[in-house]
Amino acid sequence: MSTAQATKNCITLKGSAQIIVEYLKYGINSILFQRGIYPAEDFDNTQHYGLTILMSKDPKITTFLQNVLSQTEEWLSKNMINKISMVITNAHTKEVLECWDFKMQAELGDGDTSDPSKLTSTKELSRIQNEIRDVMRQISATVSYLPLLDCICTFDVMIHTLQNTELPAKWDETGAIVIQNAQAVQLRSFSTGLHKVDTVVNYKMST
Amino acid sequence: MSQFNFVSDLQNALIMDGETRGPAPRWKKKLEASLNGSANTTRSVLSVSYNTSFSGVQAPTKTPGKSSEGKSKKSTTTPTKTPGGGDRFIPNRAATNFELAHFLVTKDAGDKSDEENDKATTSNSNQANVQASAHKGERQKLISEVAQVGENTGGGRILCYQNKAPAAPETHNNPLKVVYSIKTPISTKSGSRYIPTTSERILDAPDFINDYYLNLMDWSGDNIVAVALGSCVYLWNASSGNIEQLTEFEEGDYAGSLSWIQEGQILAIGNSTGAVELWDCSKVKRLRVMDGHSARVGSLAWNSFLVSSGSRDGTIIHHDVRSREHKISSLAGHTQEVCGLKWSTDFKYLASGGNDNLVNVWALASSGVGTASEPLHKFNEHQAAVRALAWCPWQPSTLASGGGTADRCIKFWNVNNGSLMKSVDSKSQVCSLLFSRHYKELISAHGFANNQLTIWKYPTMVKQADLTGHTSRVLQMAMSPDGSTVISAGADETLRLWNCFAPDPLASKKAAATANSKAKNSVFRQSIR
Repeated sequence: MSTAQATKNCITLKGSAQIIVEYLKYGINSILFQRGIYPAEDFDNTQHYGLTILMSKDPKITTFLQNVLSQTEEWLSKNMINKISMVITNAHTKEVLECWDFKMQAELGDGDTSDPSKLTSTKELSRIQNEIRDVMRQISATVSYLPLLDCICTFDVMIHTLQNTELPAKWDETGAIVIQNAQAVQLRSFSTGLHKVDTVVNYKMST
Repeated sequence: MSQFNFVSDLQNALIMDGETRGPAPRWKKKLEASLNGSANTTRSVLSVSYNTSFSGVQAPTKTPGKSSEGKSKKSTTTPTKTPGGGDRFIPNRAATNFELAHFLVTKDAGDKSDEENDKATTSNSNQANVQASAHKGERQKLISEVAQVGENTGGGRILCYQNKAPAAPETHNNPLKVVYSIKTPISTKSGSRYIPTTSERILDAPDFINDYYLNLMDWSGDNIVAVALGSCVYLWNASSGNIEQLTEFEEGDYAGSLSWIQEGQILAIGNSTGAVELWDCSKVKRLRVMDGHSARVGSLAWNSFLVSSGSRDGTIIHHDVRSREHKISSLAGHTQEVCGLKWSTDFKYLASGGNDNLVNVWALASSGVGTASEPLHKFNEHQAAVRALAWCPWQPSTLASGGGTADRCIKFWNVNNGSLMKSVDSKSQVCSLLFSRHYKELISAHGFANNQLTIWKYPTMVKQADLTGHTSRVLQMAMSPDGSTVISAGADETLRLWNCFAPDPLASKKAAATANSKAKNSVFRQSIR
């Protein structure tokens, strides 16, 4: 590498939050398609992370996700999020059938750690993308053991934040959800150097 | 669910006498305790009742087939560090808090003995166990949340956006239903010829390893079928019906893939240690061992003197069997096990499919030996592992690929320009694809729910027939050298022969002559098994 080459790729908290929010967007869309919550015709093929991912075409879903995820990105860049849950409920009986937890853990990165708001990580973007790709594939593979969602379902995204988080406009506070007969499967985790994301799917076991 | 059928079958097998009133005898309680605790006891019971020498090593089933149910209750692995192999994982008891459970249990012993009595008296006690422990988990979770003993209720807020996403339309039917339901196969369209939907002959194949990623059967050009059962490799002469054992591996090793050289006689065996062995089957002698892989060799493909091997470590190695330095090149195009490998009919391309859902097409090297080191095309449209690969014999640039459980599609690619020509949903995991030259048809082998072989007209992809018979998923298919018969190996430990591409007997004198020889063979085919 010549000395004229620019400085090594450096990820800041904001950049890390952006990577994770992008993962959430593709991950949630992928879950919606794979679990069959919305009709397959509503989805379109896109290429990302070297995979073919199906994204929803429905404008209501995309705006909902856009709103939730932009707020999430802001909170994440300030390390105020513990967990993001995507909850799938039966639309008629309001019973929670599945809950996909994306647990966030703040890490120190490998730059100057003196100022907690200016942490950096030099982890290569391609490595992070590879790790994300592995998790996305696992999500597709979950269909082989998750129970069939035979009813009309809705989904919701809940953010578990720190106690002192300010409640922005258009946001509500809710209680925790409990799944009857829960089984949990831990999927692969990935890390950007500044955040570590664990994906767990909790589902109601059908007997 | 299918996995619970297995457990309840096991239950039925274990109940030795009639129902007894009152609490179950001590031996029964112990049996159930060990049934839940470890899978080893169940395996030994199985071997007694099925009377097979079940070799202690069973290749780890990667896809959740029936046998994985017993295993899954046993261990929890750290899913973030699976060395080199697959991402089929085991549920961990993250929903139950064991420390709290222990505390509550030792505090409240009366509660536990109640549950144990429940366990013993219900006939479906295994399910009750699972439910009981899940209920316990539920109670502990609620208790911990109330008593603030749990780790994650350190006072956080849970927020959600007000304007919720819309619900699905009422008429929406979950497309995944096809993966779960057992539906009767659609009536076969009356094609231009009669295709017998039952197998012509059934052969017993005990200990056939139920692993989606291995390729344990091949049919040679001189009409011999090589099949690996457990740690042995057998040769079945299809013309005479003769069976002989070729080799037996040591304890712990097994054949991962078998492939005959084009002319027959020489068989390449990829074993579990990562080496490719060459055997001369007419003399029953091993010619050489070519190593190079760091994990088991699950797929092989011949190109005259070159044999390409695909391994669980994700690499493909080209071996030149004539020279001492057999390793020509190594291709790194997959990050997970390479389960499908096929040279095209004109040997200009090599297609490889992996557990990482990728299909790579490699072009022949400019030197004429081996391939280029970078794939010509990388297809990632499949949503599951790609094991089934087939090149069209009359259109050399057409590749057909089939996906696993999460994908279930058969996709057709044009490798000249790298485009997807057609995608057909076959509604079941695809494990193998073969083209039939005589009739311009494609046959595909499937798993759950019907375990059928489907014949499609190509290129219209209109379903011609469903060949049923296997009672468990089909794992492998091979075609006879004359192209008339297909042999399929299933997880139900049988090999079935299907005479689905029989040439038209009225066609020509030549065809009449072969029909005569078939009549002669039928003397051997009178009895099933």
